[in-house]
Amino acid sequence: MNNEALQNLISSWHPDLTFTEEGSQFLNISVQPEQLHNLMKQLKTNSDTHFDYLFCLTGVDWESALGVVYHLESTTHRHAVVVKVQTEDRENPTFDTVSDIWATAEFHEREVFDFFGIKFNNHPNLKRLFLTEDWDGYPLRKDYVDEINMVVK
Amino acid sequence: MQMETITVNKSFKSEEYFINMGPQHPATHGVLRLLLTIDGEIIKKVEPDLGYIHRSIEKMCERDSYQQIVHLTDRMDYLSSHINNEAVCLAVENALQLEIPDRVKVIRTIIGELTRIASHTLWWGVMGMDVGALTTYFYGFRDRELINDIFEETCGARLTMNYNIPGGLMFDIHPNFVKRTKEFIAHFKTKLPEYDSLLTGNIIFQKRMKGVGILSKEDAISYGASGPVGRGSGYSCDVRKHHPYSALDKVTFNETLRQEGDSFARYQVRIQEMWESMSIIEQLIDNIPEGEHQVATNAVIKLPKGEFYQKVETARGELGVYIISTGTKSPYRLKFRSPGFSNLSLLNHIAVGGKIGDLVATMATLDLVIPDIDR
Repeated sequence: MNNEALQNLISSWHPDLTFTEEGSQFLNISVQPEQLHNLMKQLKTNSDTHFDYLFCLTGVDWESALGVVYHLESTTHRHAVVVKVQTEDRENPTFDTVSDIWATAEFHEREVFDFFGIKFNNHPNLKRLFLTEDWDGYPLRKDYVDEINMVVK
Repeated sequence: MQMETITVNKSFKSEEYFINMGPQHPATHGVLRLLLTIDGEIIKKVEPDLGYIHRSIEKMCERDSYQQIVHLTDRMDYLSSHINNEAVCLAVENALQLEIPDRVKVIRTIIGELTRIASHTLWWGVMGMDVGALTTYFYGFRDRELINDIFEETCGARLTMNYNIPGGLMFDIHPNFVKRTKEFIAHFKTKLPEYDSLLTGNIIFQKRMKGVGILSKEDAISYGASGPVGRGSGYSCDVRKHHPYSALDKVTFNETLRQEGDSFARYQVRIQEMWESMSIIEQLIDNIPEGEHQVATNAVIKLPKGEFYQKVETARGELGVYIISTGTKSPYRLKFRSPGFSNLSLLNHIAVGGKIGDLVATMATLDLVIPDIDR
């Protein structure tokens, strides 16, 4: 399915999604946190989209907001799409987990939690993955400061 | 003594206990710690504890230039260093819409496939050692050494190559490159059958491998398995086939697939892949086009504003480079989707219910490189 057909189909499920292809090789979908899990479930289970392969899950600090970027591909239709979700809450950013939809998300979400402090509702084992439990702060956030260990140019 | 004073921790069954494997265990091939919950010899749960050599490469990338980032990628999966370099270079070149000379594409592909053979021979050596066959280790290293010599002559390095730069190659190939590569292929064609007669057909080895650590195709996709781990489960996931890059669209090769999904299937995929890699090299080695080995780029590379994603097939599977650029000299955010990280995440799934000895053998067929996981 090409990007236009994908956009038509997906917007028929959720009319208030934002689509863009600007500055990216994929079709980008922005979704509200409340809708995230629903949309992801549909993208995976619908036989026309069938996005069964979550090939990348990235945490991003846009400074104005914290968010997660999901790169999805279908192994049967070989089309791809990018889903983005973000929140302005820096104190307690929370999204629903997608680890029940794609098992690979379990580790990737733990990595995002570890480095960005983004929590995932219903995650089976949400704790730090690389850093120690008593680590202070979230290193991949843009406002993270570590005067001893970080070389700033 | 009254009975009420005895308390039982309900989170355990009485016969289960924890054991630490690593971080200095030889079978983990690096500093990986596994927390095993076992019941006698039977594994109930495997929980990897990561971060012993995490260097936060993604954070470093946010302050470095794109030329510098290429050097950092060597230190992820060091056995696929050339292919890692290539991934970043391709992402930058595509973002800048640079026209790369055919000569560069062909040389990159040849060295990429040599890297794959070198990685697989090392894997084969330590794979045998993990199940107690010490001879394989020497055979594997003997043949890998010849490839390292070719690399050393052309680019000066044996492991951390740094031969790719955005825009091409750092310098042209050594005059001996073609000759020595052909010599290696001729040599390795006689040696690879030895691998089979030494280890593949060994009945003890087969009993350790067959029917152990089974991963279904659906689970492979769900866990994001890639490379020989995915293909051993019948999952067609070769990036070289589905998203060809460099000169890979000009060669014909078969994607190796096995349907069994067990340790032996993953083993056989890698052995077969070495034959396929040799075939790719043979198709290209006599036809390296003449021309420049690089195109000029600005000393300070600034990518246009936007997002760029590039995937390549390393010896371990799909490496993704995701760059978010705001138009400055460094990426705003750079994510490496490393194959080892996803492949490790399925270890618990395939090891539960097996024996500790099988865990070591199963893990060997995942071919983990820990710096690739601890980026």
